[in-house]
Amino acid sequence: MPEMTLIEAVRQAMDEELARDDRVFVTGEDVGRRGGVFRATLGLFEKYGPGRIIDSPLAELSIVGIGVGAALYGLRPICEIQFADFIHPAFNQIVNEAAKMYYRSNGEWLVPLVIRAPYGGGISGGLYHSQSVEAFFAHVPGLKVVIPSNPRDAKGLLKSAVRDPNPVVFFEPKKGYRLIKGEVPEGEYTVPIGPANVSRPGRDLSVFAYGMMHYYCLKAAGTLAGEGIDVEVVDLRTLYPVDKAAILESVRKTGKALVVYEDNLTMGYGAEVAAILADEAFTSLDAPVKRLAAPDVPAVPFSHPFQEWFMPNPDKIAAAMRELAAY
Amino acid sequence: MAITSAPARSRLDQEPLAGLPPETLLELYWQMLRSRRLDERAWTLHRQGKIAFHISAMGHEAAQAGAACALRRGHDYVVPYYRDLTLVLSLGYTPRDFMLGLFGKQGEVTSGARQMPSHWSLRSANVVSTSSPVATQISHAAGLALACKLRGDDRVALACIGEGATSQGEWYEGLNWAAVHKLPFICLVQNNVYAISVPVDRQMAVPNVADRAAAFGMPGVVVDGNDVLAVYEAMKAAVDRARAGEGPTLVEAKTYRVVPHSSDDDDRSYRTRDEVELWKKRDPILRFRAKLEAAGLLTPDQQSEHEARAQAEVDEAVQFAQAAPYPDVALAAGGVYAPLPQEA
Ligand SMILES: Cc1ncc(C[n+]2csc(CCOP(=O)(O)OP(=O)(O)O)c2C)c(N)n1
Ligand SMILES: [Mg+2]
Repeated sequence: MPEMTLIEAVRQAMDEELARDDRVFVTGEDVGRRGGVFRATLGLFEKYGPGRIIDSPLAELSIVGIGVGAALYGLRPICEIQFADFIHPAFNQIVNEAAKMYYRSNGEWLVPLVIRAPYGGGISGGLYHSQSVEAFFAHVPGLKVVIPSNPRDAKGLLKSAVRDPNPVVFFEPKKGYRLIKGEVPEGEYTVPIGPANVSRPGRDLSVFAYGMMHYYCLKAAGTLAGEGIDVEVVDLRTLYPVDKAAILESVRKTGKALVVYEDNLTMGYGAEVAAILADEAFTSLDAPVKRLAAPDVPAVPFSHPFQEWFMPNPDKIAAAMRELAAY
Repeated sequence: MAITSAPARSRLDQEPLAGLPPETLLELYWQMLRSRRLDERAWTLHRQGKIAFHISAMGHEAAQAGAACALRRGHDYVVPYYRDLTLVLSLGYTPRDFMLGLFGKQGEVTSGARQMPSHWSLRSANVVSTSSPVATQISHAAGLALACKLRGDDRVALACIGEGATSQGEWYEGLNWAAVHKLPFICLVQNNVYAISVPVDRQMAVPNVADRAAAFGMPGVVVDGNDVLAVYEAMKAAVDRARAGEGPTLVEAKTYRVVPHSSDDDDRSYRTRDEVELWKKRDPILRFRAKLEAAGLLTPDQQSEHEARAQAEVDEAVQFAQAAPYPDVALAAGGVYAPLPQEA
């Protein structure tokens, strides 16, 4: 199996879907000749031309709104939001329009739309090039919210997203675009949207994460293995709809749960995981459910020590794992 | 101060009946009349406490019937707004459909009674589902038009909107896309002077919404929205242009809402009765009726027949909707996601 980076996997998924289905097109800022500011669409303009790889005006609300319209027609738009931080102008289109269209038309109108956006910190991006915004969208029935943590899943999940008849918000861990490498199966495959993945089975405690934090959790779990602590790592992958069964199954086995995310702690994804466990796995718990997340400040501050303070990292995660294991 | 002067332009002097055959002219009249009678009944039902909400097309009938007539019905895409009762009726929506919506009853076609009344959707007629936040429909129509262009099909997409909602950024973004990509797109602004209570001079510093078209690089046309044939002609020109690949047009129909914004509004706080009365004299249906009568196309007998037929359709629709059951509550929980192809 060839090894590639996460960004290459994203690009390959789009390339293959563009080739497979002529209803697929990509739009967003700088996606054309420039190949995207992160190079996700590199070479696609040359290959598919300006009718399939469409440079949009600098206007996120209508990047998504146009996507919704084209999806209503029956096309399969992939809308790129340059940074997740700039998705907020499009909130109305995503939450009021894309998410509600199928329900509000009693199944008459479908929005098979993918919205891709790089998210996350640790890249000296400051307040406005580092945000993790998944919790806003994971609150919205009608959307599917996906965050891959490795190249294999990135490719397979993005292909599933393009084929899904519903709107999918697809957040990509930008710090991992080139850092995270992995093997990707040759030939056609997809990874289904919905199921979480136990990426490292273990007995002593369960750690739930996604995206970049999942990558760090695997590293931290490796460290703890050397200390005789056997950590189970669950890659949530699809944040909404929630794979409750996978969360419950893991904790029923280990009795302990830690949720790691780089969004602000309060009202973040970990709150839902903790609530599910309190509600449905209470008698299996041997310890309080713990969350390791970013502090509750408005966003990632720029200066290097600030950023280090803000971001969870393998050391902080390993410390949280040790503490929970010792409980 | 609100603009209450007579609207700008009418081409009727040159072409009295817009070159339309008598059947089409009578059909236009019928659509306007039936819409008005349905609309009036909705207000009555609301006063009787039988329905929760109504938002009206009264005064807008000419703008909407004229627009519908310029389209290839069931072929072109239409993304309406809540005031478009006459438009959607002209495109195939029925009085029964409307009444089921008012009562929130089982079988309601747009949303299965999930949405408030007048949130249209009719897939079979290419009428797209609409929501409540104003102006979101503009980029949907532009996206549909983009898809038409990418696929090389000859459809056009029409988006309707009120003048107040053109203050939204969504409106600017959508029109900009349409202009940049020369899309087969028409935006019909129904300028009825008010956005709830706020007059148009508090929305924009230009006299016409259409004046802004220049900033996008598309033609902007102002038309007398109470003159159905003038609207038809302006819309026909815009549709022809779009279908010929020449790009989008902004059409502004100047009209007036002769009733409160909705059944929840009281318009006495923000406009005079004199102003409303003045506009009632410019009633688009009475004007068109006079024109048809003068041309010998509508006899008194035909007029009575139209009235009787409208009355009968309205009565039947009300009875039907009142007798219909409410939807099963279980239906509210489902239908959130479209099934994957292999599940379907
Ligand atoms: C985004 C948004 N803000 C506020 C409202 C509440 N609202 C509904 S209709 C309306 C006025 C719209 O006026 P206009 O666009 O002129 O259309 P008209 O109703 O006059 O036809 C307002 C403020 C809304 N529906 N959506
Ligand atoms: Mg208005």
